[in-house]
Amino acid sequence: MKHAPGALRMARNSDGKWVERPLSPHLQIYRPQITSTLSIFHRITGVGLGVGALLLVWWLAAAAGTDADYARAAGFIGSPLGLILLFLWTAALAYHFLNGIRHLAWDAGIGFELPAAHASGKLVVVAAIVLTLLVWVVGLVIW
Amino acid sequence: MRSALGRVRGLGSAKSGTGHWWAQRLTAIALVPLAVWFVLSLLAHLGAPHAAVAHWIGRPVNAVLLLALIVALFHHLQLGLQVVIEDYIHGEGSRLAVLLSMRAAVALLFLTAFVAILRMAL
Repeated sequence: MKHAPGALRMARNSDGKWVERPLSPHLQIYRPQITSTLSIFHRITGVGLGVGALLLVWWLAAAAGTDADYARAAGFIGSPLGLILLFLWTAALAYHFLNGIRHLAWDAGIGFELPAAHASGKLVVVAAIVLTLLVWVVGLVIW
Repeated sequence: MRSALGRVRGLGSAKSGTGHWWAQRLTAIALVPLAVWFVLSLLAHLGAPHAAVAHWIGRPVNAVLLLALIVALFHHLQLGLQVVIEDYIHGEGSRLAVLLSMRAAVALLFLTAFVAILRMAL
């Protein structure tokens, strides 16, 4: 049996001899699966949305300030970099929102069987893409 | 030996029981309708002039919903980042330092948003 590097640890067996023991469960051992991939993605988008909260606070503070303050914030958000960040924020929010509801369903004991978890995972990914594009199409039409 | 009740009252070695878990879920549930309302409101105000945006934020219902949003959002954020930090930073001292810095940053962001909303509402 082949182990991934870093997944073994030296330990003494009951005869006092040094043996290699696998560390379990360890990330390197597992083949990436939809469940674990979507789980870490939930965390990454959560941290990303935390960074995005800086933009929300800036926007609120600018709105409470002068016209020049607001123009500066709105100008940044409307710039190419601002629009890219806003698009990433929309996508991260759509995913974290939908996958968060999936987590809440699990907490209520719903959909915890493996086939259901796989199906809801795929549904969340597709729905997040659709929702992101929908918000941007509507937004660009209004704008 | 401790009785089962004693163990429940003491809440185990962490001393906080399921409070963190519950707060994360409750704020998540609160954020579901608030996030939908916020994104729809943003869409409705795309490209709106400063005065119109500030007036909209300052209306009582909008200001209250925005305050509810930032309370739930920054509490949820703080709880989530805490778990991430505890998972990946193993040194006792550096973990504490990063946790406290994160809490301070989140608190300052929250207070800034809080004052900004109140300034437009009052």
